[in-house]
Amino acid sequence: MKPSGHRRGASLFRIQGTLAPRPRAILWVLSFLVPLLAWSAVSYVPWIWHPLVEVSEPGDVRWFTPGMRVDEQAFDRANALVAKNAGTLAVGTPANPVFLPAPHEVARALFTSFATPPRLSEEMWLHESLLHSMRTIALGFLISSLIGIPLGIACGAIPAMARLSEPFLEFFRYLPAPAFGALCVAVLGINDAPKIAIIFIGTFFQQVLVVANTVRRVEPSLIEAAQTLGAPPRHQLLRVVVPASIADLYTDQRVLLGWAWTYLVVAELIGTSSGITYFINLQAKYRAYDNVMAAILIIGVVGLGSDLVLAWIGRRLFPWRKDAKPGLGALFRRRSGKPVVLEGAA
Amino acid sequence: MTDRPAPALPVADEATAARLDRMRGREKVLEVKSLGKTFESSQGPVEALRDVSFSVHRREFLCIVGASGCGKSTLVRLLAGLEESTSGEILVDGRPVDGPGRDRGMVFQGYTLFPWLTVVRNVAFGLEMSGMGRGAADSEAREWIDLVGLRGFEDNYPHQLSGGMKQRVAIARSLAARPRVLLMDEPFGALDAQTRAQMQSHLLQIWKNVDITIVFITHDLDEAVYLSDRILVLDPRPGRVREHLEVPVPRPRSFEQIVSSAFQGTRARLDHLIHPPQPVHDIERIPMVRFTVVGDEVE
Ligand SMILES: Nc1ncnc2c1ncn2[C@@H]1O[C@H](COP(=O)(O)OP(=O)(O)OP(=O)(O)O)[C@@H](O)[C@H]1O
Ligand SMILES: [Mg+2]
Repeated sequence: MKPSGHRRGASLFRIQGTLAPRPRAILWVLSFLVPLLAWSAVSYVPWIWHPLVEVSEPGDVRWFTPGMRVDEQAFDRANALVAKNAGTLAVGTPANPVFLPAPHEVARALFTSFATPPRLSEEMWLHESLLHSMRTIALGFLISSLIGIPLGIACGAIPAMARLSEPFLEFFRYLPAPAFGALCVAVLGINDAPKIAIIFIGTFFQQVLVVANTVRRVEPSLIEAAQTLGAPPRHQLLRVVVPASIADLYTDQRVLLGWAWTYLVVAELIGTSSGITYFINLQAKYRAYDNVMAAILIIGVVGLGSDLVLAWIGRRLFPWRKDAKPGLGALFRRRSGKPVVLEGAA
Repeated sequence: MTDRPAPALPVADEATAARLDRMRGREKVLEVKSLGKTFESSQGPVEALRDVSFSVHRREFLCIVGASGCGKSTLVRLLAGLEESTSGEILVDGRPVDGPGRDRGMVFQGYTLFPWLTVVRNVAFGLEMSGMGRGAADSEAREWIDLVGLRGFEDNYPHQLSGGMKQRVAIARSLAARPRVLLMDEPFGALDAQTRAQMQSHLLQIWKNVDITIVFITHDLDEAVYLSDRILVLDPRPGRVREHLEVPVPRPRSFEQIVSSAFQGTRARLDHLIHPPQPVHDIERIPMVRFTVVGDEVE
């Protein structure tokens, strides 16, 4: 007999339990499906929320036009007035405010916003806005990493370096990056430079501190082992501290890149607004909220997508990790033989 | 408390006495002169070692034993140069020790292999640090891997190895750097009894085939008698040398010797030095609540 269904069900939410591939996939889908269902319920089930009435037949109410959304009470009052004068009643269906478009409208917008040209010739296509945003993030993050990662490693490995830089960085990290907007524009002009600077400011200080903390967690005994093997300080750093922490540093960078995305919208509002933010503001001005929602969703999709890609690469980059997958790793490794199967070896 | 005198050390047979004589005649590789170490902790200073002196001859196998917390690890870390002494002096081949160096290899209880390197790259690490090129270092590393019996595992990562195998890699890695002295701090402490016994015989074989002097920390007295030429007994709080005894058990060693009188006599003396007889607690008389109503027949 199999173990009882009750036990297996309970074990799905066991503390520190492991998930089989099937429940893993199902839960992944569910985590998106549940919010989507909630959104659909609010959009399609007439008695959930729907505070407005969308007028389909204005009847004898003068100020109604077809397609207009009015407050439910206002609609009833207008109809009551018309009924008193024995006129034709207005007809309408329950509706949500325009700023909450239904899933199918957003889905349509997702498609059409890529397919329809901008209304004015100087405006950008959605994909152009998106590429512009990604470029801003990439540049800001790259510049931050080029300085922040080496500095963080130095701080993590050498206490004197940490003492010299970290107190100030800790202080600076609390200054909100957007507050530097005006300053950045004054110094760097109104185009892309100040936006990249905001991403940089938002990332850099966290980055140094996070990297330093990860490097500090390197097993001291590994460094001691290297010392007893005659490694000079330079090699202790480059051949022990760095490789010992590099896999964790890679994961840190994924998290930090996620934070960089959260600074994007603020950054793009500075100077002349640009990128996906410009697109969103423009569509909001046209009251095309389906396009607005579509653009917001796209930011999420691009962010999640890039993180998934980085995670996939990460599992192949560090072949010594227990969760490593073969693949990319083989490119970075000289193999002189097949690994031996280790069953029962003492 | 009964204050019996310690059982006397059995007398070595002629061959063993001659071997120990020859050992004493060889040059001193390691000399420790009135070494002291006091840690500054938040609860005030902790004196871990006081006036420890001894020397180790070339090709000697010295074990250091003592109760837990008596300063064995501190001593071996001082020898490795990983910790600075408060007083006294350590000489290797007559030169004072100042920080860690490749003349003193170290094998830790936790394996401390580099997880990002394969077995062969781990073993080649020390060789590369001495300026050897990668190719040459790898091929020499393979010879050391053969020596510790791990041929076929060169390209595995440490996490794919068992505890005993990891410790073999650690030994090969230390030996490959050609140290004068190999310091080992309870290297087999985390292994199960069977693997441990294997590793002990294996270590003796390696020691026989490689020109190396070993300082081996353990709290397992059988292990100490089985492995060593001499045993240094430390007293706790602060750690001091209690006694210095030469093991009268003939070589080559085998596990059959454990029942021999030379082995058991040495063992009994060590036991007495480290665990002086304590008043016996009468466990029967400790009042205890009963938490069971079934199984009254258990003793
Ligand atoms: N860094 C330190 N700071 C303060 N006290 C320390 C420090 N390291 C060790 N000690 C103290 O020094 C004494 C000796 O410690 P040590 O680790 O050398 O003992 P040990 O003989 O190796 O013990 P064990 O058999 O349990 O490994 C202990 O009392 C310990 O509390
Ligand atoms: Mg210890």
